[in-house]
Amino acid sequence: MYPASFEYLRALSVAEAISMVSNNEDAKFIAGGHSLIPLMKLRLATPSTLVDIGRIGSLSYVKDEGSQIAIGALTRHRDIEISDVLRSKAPMLAHVAGMVGDPSVRHRGTIGGSIAHGDGASDLPAAVLALDAVLVVEGPSGRREIKATDFFKGFLETALGADEVLVEIRVPSDIKAWSYQKFNRRAQDWAIVGVAAVRNGTTRVSLVNMGATPLRATGTEAALASGASLDDAALRADEGIDPPADLNASVEYRRHLAHVLTKRALSELG
Amino acid sequence: MTTVQDAVPGVIGTRVLRREDPELLTGEGRFTDDLKIPAALWLGVVRSPFGRAKILSIDTSAAKAAPGVVAVYTATDLQSEWAGPIPSAWQVTPDMKSPAHYPLASGSANYVGDPVAVVVANSPKEAADAVGMVDVEYEQLPAVVDLEDALSDRVVIHSELGTNVSYVWELNPNPDGIKTAFDNAAYVVKERYIQQRLIPAAMEPRSVAVVPSPMGGDYTVYSATQIPHILKVMLGLTVGISESKIRVIAPAVGGGFGSKLDVYPEELLCLALARKHRLPVRWTEERSENSQATIQGRGQVQWIELAADANGKLTGVRADIIADMGGYQQLITAGVPLLGAFLYHGVYDTPAYAFKCTGVYTNKTPTDAYRGAGRPEATYAIERAMDALAVKVGVDTVEIRRRNFIPTESFPYNSPAGLVFDSGDYAANFTQGLNFAGYDALRKKQAEMRASGSKKHLGIGISFFVEMCGLAPSRVLASLNYSAGGWESATVRILPTCKVQVVTGTAPHGQGHETSWAMIAADKLGISPDDVEVLHSDTAISPFGLDTYGSRSLSVGGTAVYIATERVLDKARKIAAHLLEASEEDLDYAGGNFSVKGSPEKVLPLAAVAFESFTAHNLPDGMEPNLEASTSWDPPNFTFPYGTHIAVVEVDEDTGKVDLVRYVAVDDCGNRINPLIVEGQVHGGLAQGIGQALFEEAVYDETGNLLTATLADYLVPSAAELPSFELDHTVTPSPTNPLGVKGIGEAGAIASPPAVMNAIVDALSHFGKINIDMPASPEKVWKAIQATKA
Amino acid sequence: MKVTLTVNGKQVSRDVEPRTLLVHFIREDLSLTGTNVGCDTSSCGACTILMGGESVKSCTVLAVQADGAEITTIEGMASADGTMNAVQRAFQENHGLQCGYCTPGMVMASYSLIKENSNLDEAAVREGLEGNLCRCTGYHNIVKAVLAAASEMGA
Repeated sequence: MYPASFEYLRALSVAEAISMVSNNEDAKFIAGGHSLIPLMKLRLATPSTLVDIGRIGSLSYVKDEGSQIAIGALTRHRDIEISDVLRSKAPMLAHVAGMVGDPSVRHRGTIGGSIAHGDGASDLPAAVLALDAVLVVEGPSGRREIKATDFFKGFLETALGADEVLVEIRVPSDIKAWSYQKFNRRAQDWAIVGVAAVRNGTTRVSLVNMGATPLRATGTEAALASGASLDDAALRADEGIDPPADLNASVEYRRHLAHVLTKRALSELG
Repeated sequence: MTTVQDAVPGVIGTRVLRREDPELLTGEGRFTDDLKIPAALWLGVVRSPFGRAKILSIDTSAAKAAPGVVAVYTATDLQSEWAGPIPSAWQVTPDMKSPAHYPLASGSANYVGDPVAVVVANSPKEAADAVGMVDVEYEQLPAVVDLEDALSDRVVIHSELGTNVSYVWELNPNPDGIKTAFDNAAYVVKERYIQQRLIPAAMEPRSVAVVPSPMGGDYTVYSATQIPHILKVMLGLTVGISESKIRVIAPAVGGGFGSKLDVYPEELLCLALARKHRLPVRWTEERSENSQATIQGRGQVQWIELAADANGKLTGVRADIIADMGGYQQLITAGVPLLGAFLYHGVYDTPAYAFKCTGVYTNKTPTDAYRGAGRPEATYAIERAMDALAVKVGVDTVEIRRRNFIPTESFPYNSPAGLVFDSGDYAANFTQGLNFAGYDALRKKQAEMRASGSKKHLGIGISFFVEMCGLAPSRVLASLNYSAGGWESATVRILPTCKVQVVTGTAPHGQGHETSWAMIAADKLGISPDDVEVLHSDTAISPFGLDTYGSRSLSVGGTAVYIATERVLDKARKIAAHLLEASEEDLDYAGGNFSVKGSPEKVLPLAAVAFESFTAHNLPDGMEPNLEASTSWDPPNFTFPYGTHIAVVEVDEDTGKVDLVRYVAVDDCGNRINPLIVEGQVHGGLAQGIGQALFEEAVYDETGNLLTATLADYLVPSAAELPSFELDHTVTPSPTNPLGVKGIGEAGAIASPPAVMNAIVDALSHFGKINIDMPASPEKVWKAIQATKA
Repeated sequence: MKVTLTVNGKQVSRDVEPRTLLVHFIREDLSLTGTNVGCDTSSCGACTILMGGESVKSCTVLAVQADGAEITTIEGMASADGTMNAVQRAFQENHGLQCGYCTPGMVMASYSLIKENSNLDEAAVREGLEGNLCRCTGYHNIVKAVLAAASEMGA
């Protein structure tokens, strides 16, 4: 319950944040802290230095840029959930943000923090994957863009460099056909399995908690592209995927849930 | 002093708002960890990370050198502090086997969380830091986790005992009858059920603070406990301090459910180390510690067999259970399963009955009382088995129960297990419950949903429970080898200004005794409850008491308050008669006033009597001053609350997820003092029982590692997982006590698990026989459905 | 590190270790012990306070992160003369508490929920309290209390 000691630094700009972590391999960024602090309290994470980027006010925004919506990485789940722009132009993201944790968690947690943490069991990483989002990161040599598809690398491991900050999430606007199916035992819990589906010309399907990272259901996507029925496409949701077993679900049951929830998501797309 | 007091209508049975609430709602209430204690040292406990391990060495040097650390101790260092082992108060059989159990493990650790060393530091943070620096070298050993494996003695945990079996306890009053019943039965049902282990998870973790007066030799122990009185005795015996030098105070206590009905290593350590360091020593548990180091509940493999005649009428009930003790005996670990031993035939009349329990050690946290303690287990087994019998006989679940209820006219009922059920009208309560739930309409809806081909399946589950509570008649406890009594004490004082003090030996931790006990005294005295103060949970204020558990507080402690009030009023009557120059028999008492029958102008308010008894200027000859009376009331029998519970679920065939859509409970707890509080107790019990049915399980892996140590993994349900509950009640007063009350604290937790599980089985009955144990997780339900298709 | 916060309307400054959780700062440095700790995984909500008027779990915020923030704890909910606010009153009137340990967090979460939602029904209250665990009440009366308070505060 008491985190181990650490040095605390407060960055007021992205540039300052980057300079604070350079040459300090053991430093970690903290924004809302709702992914990191729970780990620190159980001493599962013991960073030597925390660089607080939570006060970089310029990173909290939702901007309608026509074909895309740009979201500042420090925008809180709650602000995404109730954003008029997102509700009308990218409703799935608003919906999914409203399913993260519980209301008190959503008042602190940020979209950037959740995505940068890269937990395969989190809602928002899978959502941005299905939405084919672009993640804008800033490092010592300036900004670069990473496609969500290329962002999630392994268990809590992303394409972010140690000295890079996720600054913006860009999602396509006006996607009307979408579905997010979250299956859990208690409302506040992580998804046992979740499925995000988006149709924007082609249909993209991503899976929550079916692996170390959020995953694309490539089997389902391929099946749909080749004109398979929804039932058949759904049954390929776990193709090439090696889901984990835990207290709430065996491998076999997870695969089954992926089929059922994918079918539900695809049906909801219409 | 002649003002006639306005009559106050009786308050018993009314929904008086709780006086406890304002403090708790504003942050003014003080729990143990809230206390400011200057110069206190903080404990940090080093715990075994292994289910079973040999402790090879403990290196405390780094921890001792850490900032703020005052001392680090292992078992060897503290050996001389103990006058006895951690107390186990229930030697259920003469040959029961118990391993030595001291606050710190030496030689071997026997569950994850077993304390092996303790850090004493200036702050909790420094204690936590130093705990991580104590270097314990372990040799991990094969662990015993499964109960049937424990029974096999493949691995013997405590080699000095030679076996994992702690005891075998049998009740078989009519062996020939049992044999005949099963030999001649038209139907036999034999079922195996699992009572999974539960983590009580009171929202307030445990906390203890001991403040010594080194020169005076006194110790004040603040503890988040349900049992300040029992704790005082046990602390004295175990740490070797005169009982008279220990004062135990339970400040506001944040729930217990049995988990704070114990004497814990940390309480003993704080006391011993406060003595050693001559300074206050305190400790507050973290949640993940609570899961490992506070007792757990349930943990049984149950076999139950029913024999019935051609009409489905029971002729014999036989239960054989294995009960999980965990690594050691705690206060009443061994006795918990036996609190259910007499009730495996439930509310059903049967001529023959037998019960057997085998208590076994495993490498898990010790078990002990958890809400219901023994009775939920019994109710679960019989209520699920009755549904299985209904299927076998080919009658509805309602009909099988109606055919078997103990008839109303047979109360007081001599049960085949040797109890005397005090009062009941089961059939009437059942009918009321079915009507209240709209049972026939539910069956119709179920049929319609099935006909529609819906993949959501409606299920209706019934459970009719009876429990024995009001623990307990002391002589009965003696016959069960329990080492204490079951009485409760109360003192009632009418102060000079006619304000009333009630002192009780009960120890509320959420049950609202301050409100209810004030109502009992006020009702008897005909005054406002606002003029009654209730004092409790401090052994210096309330020297005698047996505390709060087992739905005993009202029927035993509330009765003691009633009797003490009656006695004090008797004394007041004598004084009033003297002052009014009338005989006692000629006095009426109502609304706080004595009056002389036939002379309405001759009135004397209680306030005048109170003041007179204080000045003692004009008391009857030989009468002592002051209005005060005490009693210790030992109940002549248990009480037997009962009721109909009906759960309605929808099961999603595709995912196995169970949605509890309705829950109906029609309880009979005898007379109700404060219906608001009674309902609240039912609600809370239901949530815990439904939690057991659908969500909760302390899961251990094969090495004895606890996989559900946090509230992220141990699924205590939230508001989002539960429906609003639909309550109704019947009233069959108990003849056991003058209040006619029975107890309600555990009812919800006892009745609801089988109601929910029966509903799930019912929902899926058209698939075939559904085999499923608690908790009915989506995966288990899904697999149970798949099994019918295979 | 020095932090300055406004807590229950009063400005407070203290030196804290960076690892100090906001809940410990509130309980230990400010002696406001109404806010409780019930778990170590941000699951139970016993430590819920208002930060900038919104519910947050104070066990999952560092005191240094809260520097400059406006905090309300349970001690700041009743008015100066001790009159309980609508949520507190509704909890008593509906018997929405038993042991009282989850209660401060439950009251704060409920207050925030009511402020954020003008049309609360039972389902919305239940979902809205998903992050606050109570082991005594079965939530039945808590839900009733929140609905009662919502209707009073909305009126």
